[in-house]
Amino acid sequence: MTEKLLDLRGVSKSFGGLRVISQLDLHVDEGEIVSVIGPNGAGKTTLFNLVTGVYAPDEGDIVFEGGTLLGLDPHEITTRGIARTFQTLRLFLNMTVKENVMAAAYGHTRAGILRSVLRTPGMRREEQAIAQLAEQRLSFFGQRLMGYRWDQPAFSLSYANRRRLEIARATATNPRLLLLDEPAAGMNPVETHEIAELIGRLRDEGGYTILVIEHDMHVVEGISDRVVALDHGVKIAEGSFERVATDPRVVEAYLGTKAAASK
Amino acid sequence: MATDPTDPNAPRVGVDEWVASHEQRRVRRTGLLGVVERELERVPSPAFYLAFGVAAAILPALTSNGYVIKVGLDTLLYMLLALGLNITVGYAGLLDLGYVAFYGFAAYGYAMLASPKFGLHWATVGVIPLVVLATVILGFLVALPSRRLVGDYLAIVTLFFGELFATVYQNGEHMSLLGFTKAKDVTGGPNGIPNIDQFHVFGARIGTLNYTAYYYVALIFFMVLLLAMYLVDRSRTGRAWKSLREDPLAAELMGIPVNRLKLVAFACGAGIAGLAGTVFAAANTAVFASEFDFTSGLLIIVYAMLILGGAGSLGGVILGALVVNVSLEVLRTPGHATWVFYVLIAGTLVARVRPWRWLALVIAGTAGFGFVVHAIVSAAWPRGVHGQAPVGGVLGSGLGHWVILPSNPMTIGNVAFVFLVLAVLALTLLRGWAQRLAMIPTLYLAAFVWENRLAVEPSVTRLILVGVILIVLMNARPQGLLGTSRVEIV
Repeated sequence: MTEKLLDLRGVSKSFGGLRVISQLDLHVDEGEIVSVIGPNGAGKTTLFNLVTGVYAPDEGDIVFEGGTLLGLDPHEITTRGIARTFQTLRLFLNMTVKENVMAAAYGHTRAGILRSVLRTPGMRREEQAIAQLAEQRLSFFGQRLMGYRWDQPAFSLSYANRRRLEIARATATNPRLLLLDEPAAGMNPVETHEIAELIGRLRDEGGYTILVIEHDMHVVEGISDRVVALDHGVKIAEGSFERVATDPRVVEAYLGTKAAASK
Repeated sequence: MATDPTDPNAPRVGVDEWVASHEQRRVRRTGLLGVVERELERVPSPAFYLAFGVAAAILPALTSNGYVIKVGLDTLLYMLLALGLNITVGYAGLLDLGYVAFYGFAAYGYAMLASPKFGLHWATVGVIPLVVLATVILGFLVALPSRRLVGDYLAIVTLFFGELFATVYQNGEHMSLLGFTKAKDVTGGPNGIPNIDQFHVFGARIGTLNYTAYYYVALIFFMVLLLAMYLVDRSRTGRAWKSLREDPLAAELMGIPVNRLKLVAFACGAGIAGLAGTVFAAANTAVFASEFDFTSGLLIIVYAMLILGGAGSLGGVILGALVVNVSLEVLRTPGHATWVFYVLIAGTLVARVRPWRWLALVIAGTAGFGFVVHAIVSAAWPRGVHGQAPVGGVLGSGLGHWVILPSNPMTIGNVAFVFLVLAVLALTLLRGWAQRLAMIPTLYLAAFVWENRLAVEPSVTRLILVGVILIVLMNARPQGLLGTSRVEIV
């Protein structure tokens, strides 16, 4: 657990005059679950967008498995082993549940148009392997995304199941690092509890290292090896949940100075 | 906490039984129609394609009418075009308004390499692959600067490209390389390129204007490509195309190289248009730039076919092209057009006017209104009913006793046309019984305008009618005839 899988070194990002991420140092070790917390607008999702290559940082370096990610296209970064989910769900709504997951296997499969038309044995084997991979990834969620649901369009799923499908789709890219953007948002307490447990299983059974943005402090407390608190793009605290949750600056960021003073 | 499926007492939170049992609750047609519908659902789609192929293959054996074969050939070329456009628009979701330029580029490409124009008479087996390859490369080049554009912006750029192509070819009779070389006739300008060679393979040559032979060539090309697209549809590339249509950013972040796949989609679509272009050039023995510009309407027709059939559906490509092109041809004859006109009106009434007693009242009211008006006019102004119905037969003679047919209908017909437009607009503003009652004179006015002005000018009315057919069908099935309804935001 000592090797740095992902390492952000002095990363900054501005939009116009607005500095969203400022001189951020952050690392995720192999096998760790790291939570990022912070009030709305703290730069958490921007952090994900920087890591996955949606935005390029203005300064600093992002290193994954010892190599820089700067200058790579998002799909190349995904193929290297970083997959993410979205805070505002972005499923392929008009494709079936299984197709959603199968589509994400694109990066680590080969068959092109010509081989698909000729139906070469290699292409057929690969297609079978993709289907098996999808079924296996979907089975991770128990019965919820199984059976008849495979052939249903993604838009027919309930909100919670869509969140699950997003995670299944992300894992189908065969990542080493999973970035989960508010996986428990909009879920009821039972489902939230389940998600927390699921994130643990993703690490223990799936072997993924996980960086998660989460607002629900019960989830954060339950799953995190380490917590990083952001405010206005600056890291204001880092460490165990207890340490970060009681840090005066974190309390101030969430509740304001007066509340912090009166505490 | 995770639900153990083997434990019957496990909490069922999140397991939506409602969705699980959706099949039983789906409203099904009953009776014979329901049986047919259920049986049809079980047939795999390649069986339908095969059935179409067989039906299309025996068509020339059933008729010796050259006109029917020519329409069949045109329809097959449209199907090829729609099949290509289906990749760009239906799968990858790229609004390509320059698509017809690829068709024209390939038609001219074939014409230049196989005609007396430059004295080149290359072998067909060489020219077709070469031209298709060139069209694919052109597709790449057009897509290259526009690959980061989406939606409207891509539409503008590609529309510009399409017009650029038509303008250059229209004026290509004095072309020089940026003024460095002597001006040379490259495209024949508005005169196009005539006397194009027929397809000839290993000594066998298709006779000039032998449309039956080209019909089979186009059919073979179409069936092969249809099968290929069916296989691509369910492959890794097909899934990637559909996912980038759904959400390009999510697709990119799931490891799909969105930009590269857009290029490939563009180029594949262009290649199929290119193949169709070579057949078009050889079958018609001449090409003209004006056949491929925006005013030719070709682009709109192909889009109409694709959207009517259901973008993204292969069966829809066949059905859309059939419905649109066959309608366009059928409506050339005023007699056919008149039938279509009245059937459309009756069909719309039956579908839209409820309950039944109102429907009966509107129809009976319109009929009675007509006879009353006819009787009054024939008594007061005999010349007003002396005209001839443009259609003979049962329909025509029946209408002669019902619609007013002035001997000189030009002016009064035009005035009535304006009033008809106003009446239809007023109809959309009215509600309830007032609307139903207002329908009666409006319908009669429509019949009057049709018989006196529209039916006698089929070149205008067939486009109007096809437009109306499209509006009615798209209202009934917004997703297209064979398309699956898409959900944008839920």
